[in-house]
Amino acid sequence: MGLIKKLPYYSEKIPGGAIVTTVLETVLHQAQAKSLWYLLFGTACCAIELMCTGASRFDFDRLGMFYRATPRQADLIIVAGTITKKMGPRLRRLYDQMAEPRYVIAMGGCTISGGPFYYDSYAVEKGIDHIIPVDIYIPGCPPRPESLLEGCIHLQEKIKKQKLSDWQEK
Amino acid sequence: MSEYLSVLVFIILGIAMVLVTFFLARLIRPHHPYPKKTVNYECAELPIGTSWIQFNNRFYIFALIFVIFDVEVVFLIPWAVAFGRLGLFALVEMAIFILILFFGLFYAWRKGVLKWV
Repeated sequence: MGLIKKLPYYSEKIPGGAIVTTVLETVLHQAQAKSLWYLLFGTACCAIELMCTGASRFDFDRLGMFYRATPRQADLIIVAGTITKKMGPRLRRLYDQMAEPRYVIAMGGCTISGGPFYYDSYAVEKGIDHIIPVDIYIPGCPPRPESLLEGCIHLQEKIKKQKLSDWQEK
Repeated sequence: MSEYLSVLVFIILGIAMVLVTFFLARLIRPHHPYPKKTVNYECAELPIGTSWIQFNNRFYIFALIFVIFDVEVVFLIPWAVAFGRLGLFALVEMAIFILILFFGLFYAWRKGVLKWV
C-alpha cells in the first residue's frame, strides 16, 4: 500500500490536516471517475451494445471511458453477456488480474440473474455476483447504449463518494 | 553553443517529468499483489509453463524464404488484374521476375534449408 493509505493517519494530527485529506480525496476520485478504462470483455449479445456504445454515435469516450485489451491496465470490467459455468472461473481470473481499485458493471439480464436462461439451463451462471462483487447492475436484454451510459454515470457518482479508506477493500 | 543549452533543458525536463509521474503514481497507487493476480495474462486461461521459451531459430530461415512468395503474390495480383491491357510485354517481364525469385528459392533449396533436420 502506498502513502495514500497512511496519509489520513499523519495529516489529521496537524491542525487543518483533515482539509488536506478531503481535498486529496476529491481530486483523486474525480480523476478516477473521469478516466475509467474498461476491459474488452464481451461474451454475448450485450457485447454488441457495448461496441455500439464505444463507437461514434454514443461515444463512450466523452465519459473518459476507453477500452483496454489487458486487465492490467483496466479499472472496470463491464461483464457484457451470458456467463456460463465454464466461463465463471475465467471471469474470476480476469477480475483477479485487474489492478485495484477495480469496479464491475453487470450488464444485462444474464449477468444479473441468468436472464432468459434462469429456468431451463444447466450451463448458465445465475448471476455473476456469485463470482465477483458487482458495483452497478444494468437491466435489459440487452440494455440500450443509453442505459449503459447511465449505468456508467452512476458508477462515476459512486466512485466520487468513496473514502480513501475504501481503497484496500476494492 | 547556447542553442544547445535549450536542448539540455528539454532533456532534463523530459526525464524529470517521467520520474515525477512515476513517483506520484507510486505515492497514490494501491499496492496489493497476490499469486492469483500476478499470474501471466493468457486471455483468462491458466498459462502452461513459463513464457520464457525459445523458438527454434530455423523458423527464421523459413520466414525469410516465405518472403519470396509474399513479394511474388504482391506483384502478381495487380499484374493479373491489369493483364488484359498489358499484353505480351508484361508476360515476359513477369516471367523474368518470377525466374529471378525462383533462382533465390533454388539456391536455398540446394543449400538444404528446406529440410527440417
